[in-house]
Amino acid sequence: MRTIRSRLIAIGGLLALAVWQLIPTDVTQRVRDATTGRMKDTTIRRVPINLGLDLQGGIHLALEVDQSKGPVPDCATAIQLAEKVVRTRIDEFGTSEPVVQIQGRCRLIVELAGEKDPARAKGIIQRTAFLEFRITDMKNLFRDALPEIDKALRRAGVRAPGQGAAAASVTQLFGADTGKAKGKTAKGKAAAKDTTELNAPDPLSSLLFQGQLPGEYLVPEEQVPVAESLLARPDVQRLIPRGIELRWGTEVLSRAGRSYRTLYAVEDRPIITGEYLQDAKALRDPLTNQSVVNFVLSRGGGRIFERETGRHVTDYMAIILDGRVQGQPPVIKSQIGQRGQIELGAKPLQDAQDLALVLKAGALPAPLTIIEERTIGPSLGRDSIRDGIRAGIVGVALVVLIMVTYYRLSGVLAVAALALYVVFTLAGLAGFGFTLTLPGLAGLVLSVGIAVDANVLIFERIREELQHGKLVRTAVDEGFLHAMSAIIDSNVSTALTAFILYLVGTGPVQGFAITLIIGIAASMITAIFVVRTFYMIWLDRRPDMATLSV
Amino acid sequence: MIRLFANAHYDFIKWRRWAYGLTAAIIIPGFALFLVRGLNYSIEFTGGTLIQVQTPEPVGTDRIRGALDAAGIRDAEIQQFGAPNEYVIRARIGRADAAVAGSTETTAAAVDSALARSLGPAPEHYKILRTEAVGPKVGRELQGKAFLAIFFSFIVTLVYLAVRFEWRFGLAAVLATFHDILTTIAFIRYLDLEVSLVVVGAVLTMVGYSLNDTIIIFDRVRENLRKFRRQNLYEILNLSINETLPRSVLTHGTTMATTVALVVLAGEVLRPFALVMTFAIFTGTFSSIYIAAPLLMYIEKRWPGEDARGARALRAAGSVPLNPPPAPGGGGSSEVRSKAAV
Repeated sequence: MRTIRSRLIAIGGLLALAVWQLIPTDVTQRVRDATTGRMKDTTIRRVPINLGLDLQGGIHLALEVDQSKGPVPDCATAIQLAEKVVRTRIDEFGTSEPVVQIQGRCRLIVELAGEKDPARAKGIIQRTAFLEFRITDMKNLFRDALPEIDKALRRAGVRAPGQGAAAASVTQLFGADTGKAKGKTAKGKAAAKDTTELNAPDPLSSLLFQGQLPGEYLVPEEQVPVAESLLARPDVQRLIPRGIELRWGTEVLSRAGRSYRTLYAVEDRPIITGEYLQDAKALRDPLTNQSVVNFVLSRGGGRIFERETGRHVTDYMAIILDGRVQGQPPVIKSQIGQRGQIELGAKPLQDAQDLALVLKAGALPAPLTIIEERTIGPSLGRDSIRDGIRAGIVGVALVVLIMVTYYRLSGVLAVAALALYVVFTLAGLAGFGFTLTLPGLAGLVLSVGIAVDANVLIFERIREELQHGKLVRTAVDEGFLHAMSAIIDSNVSTALTAFILYLVGTGPVQGFAITLIIGIAASMITAIFVVRTFYMIWLDRRPDMATLSV
Repeated sequence: MIRLFANAHYDFIKWRRWAYGLTAAIIIPGFALFLVRGLNYSIEFTGGTLIQVQTPEPVGTDRIRGALDAAGIRDAEIQQFGAPNEYVIRARIGRADAAVAGSTETTAAAVDSALARSLGPAPEHYKILRTEAVGPKVGRELQGKAFLAIFFSFIVTLVYLAVRFEWRFGLAAVLATFHDILTTIAFIRYLDLEVSLVVVGAVLTMVGYSLNDTIIIFDRVRENLRKFRRQNLYEILNLSINETLPRSVLTHGTTMATTVALVVLAGEVLRPFALVMTFAIFTGTFSSIYIAAPLLMYIEKRWPGEDARGARALRAAGSVPLNPPPAPGGGGSSEVRSKAAV
């Protein structure tokens, strides 16, 4: 009895774990808003099984560096640049969770689930990268304009979102700022009080927190879509001071448990653009042990840069790639000519390497050619899922019918184990984060047919043993014992071929191999361990049983 | 209680020559056809463009061909695909223009505009459900990968079998699997199925499944060799096949239930995969009985095993082995012997 109980506990534990993996959870996705065309976070509740592109529809692109206009000697670096560039544009895709990854050495894979417009997606990916350096809003022109903007917004009936806790305008979140800033803040508040709605918080500036340097603002991550939509309004655009533009940063900072996105007010005129940049290298200064990026400009670029940096010593310079500020703008310490150095202080070398990549991406835009493109419409994916599930249900029903008619009560035990098998396999897919593809769905259906093989082997063996005149209990024991080597051998050989398929295959076929491997593992557990336990319970209840329903 | 083929005593091995004839009749013409015409590779392997379109009403392949001809797109294959109002247009890259990179993409766009001109604007008059454009380089890589996959699966299973069984068993099982690959290629050629990576996946799964079946029989042979020391290999093979027959029928029945459900219901994309898997059940069963088992016999005859179970395998029944083998594991020998005498 004790062994039965511990076996039941083990099965119950496994089942609970499996069901827990399959409970629908809230997933946050960034989706393009149909009306405004902006990205926004939405939360949906779904079973956490990843569907492949062939099931949910979308675009799969494989890109390589274009070598048609002459060979590119270092394609690995070129593709890293391209990856960096595509990543900065990630929000432009109308999809949640785009996949951008380097495959092998010189190939970039971009997968956009749910994206419907391949021409647009390809345009975004293949667009040449644009790098520019701009001075940040050193005179705080944007901040001074905030009260006016808030007033205009209030007039238009826009209310500040969320709680009134951050009711003050541009709030000091951390770090030192000049006293001037506080003065302005107070003035801003006073201006706000002049208006009719005395207690109404400022719609825009309550979202912005002053950053560490002039022109830098932090926006709480969850408020980013609100801030974006406010800043896009024409009445706000009109009030942004002449000569100033706003650019979002790529960095997400976390302060006191909240995460913030950076927003920069920068001059509308770049002091230099990427076309003058020739090279950039990240290294660690051996003397100071600090990460630095060295860059080299062309001769003409050096002259321009020398003039501009001379005028802007002690100003901050934002490095902008494709309209996104990369990292924190460094300060210009002195006049810079053809060769410059950006110091990143104690930041890891990885950050410096990333920045060097950004500079190079602007300098040497690597044109990409598409070597493989697959577009699957969402309706086709839905049809595939429907057909696959239909085939699965019919197939499983037939298997159940065969097992129960042929093996009667023992067949019922096997079918009960089969139900557990399906739950375990799906939980395995969800738990390990594997992707269910269309061939994977076929593999799942197929493996149901194969999964009962272990039980068939065992039951046939029990029948043989019973025929030899063994007692029921002995026959069951011997049946399991003797069938074991055949079960293990055959499952291992199938798993080995599936594993090779996984190593060699691409996306959809890998999905097939994975479901097959997980299916084999799950069927070993259910067919041997679970069915054995069922038998133990059964024989325990009826110790005097003379014939077995098998 | 339903019992199928219980206590059967068919002399399977006797019919082996007929079986060789049958399998040769399948493989040889199929292979001749394969050598002459090749296989119908999907664009994943050849490189090219595939476009699946859906029209509100069935328009017929001629109408679509007319639209493409008018736009100067020749050599495109047009095929009704699944539903009567769905069509697949395939344009493979010929050897000649393989060097032109990026041409596959422009083909897709050209087909789109040709359809728009002939059928009317996109969302109302036709809908593109799926586009695949594969460059020649990717296709060549995939060919290499598919070949590697089949090659390595052979090596790995051979090694596994060598560890778990004796090499004679392993060799027989691998040759039987090789036979299965040949018949499957012939089958694919007869039905002119499109060979995609998923179909290669089906062939590999078939390798595993067929091997699985052979292993079940060989496992029983191994066991019976220990049990019945007086019988020759011919008898033992027949006995083992007969003993495992109910299992084979049942397992193949359940697997077939799922593959046939996939063939009928799972849609056009998975159909070649499901057909190959269904065929795999037949060829796997056949080869386990008629290829693997007789081969094991020949191998034993050619290279008799040194150990007890091999040494007396084909000698006259009843001869006493020089070195008495270790005691047989499990199973009372008296009742077993009575059964074996049948």
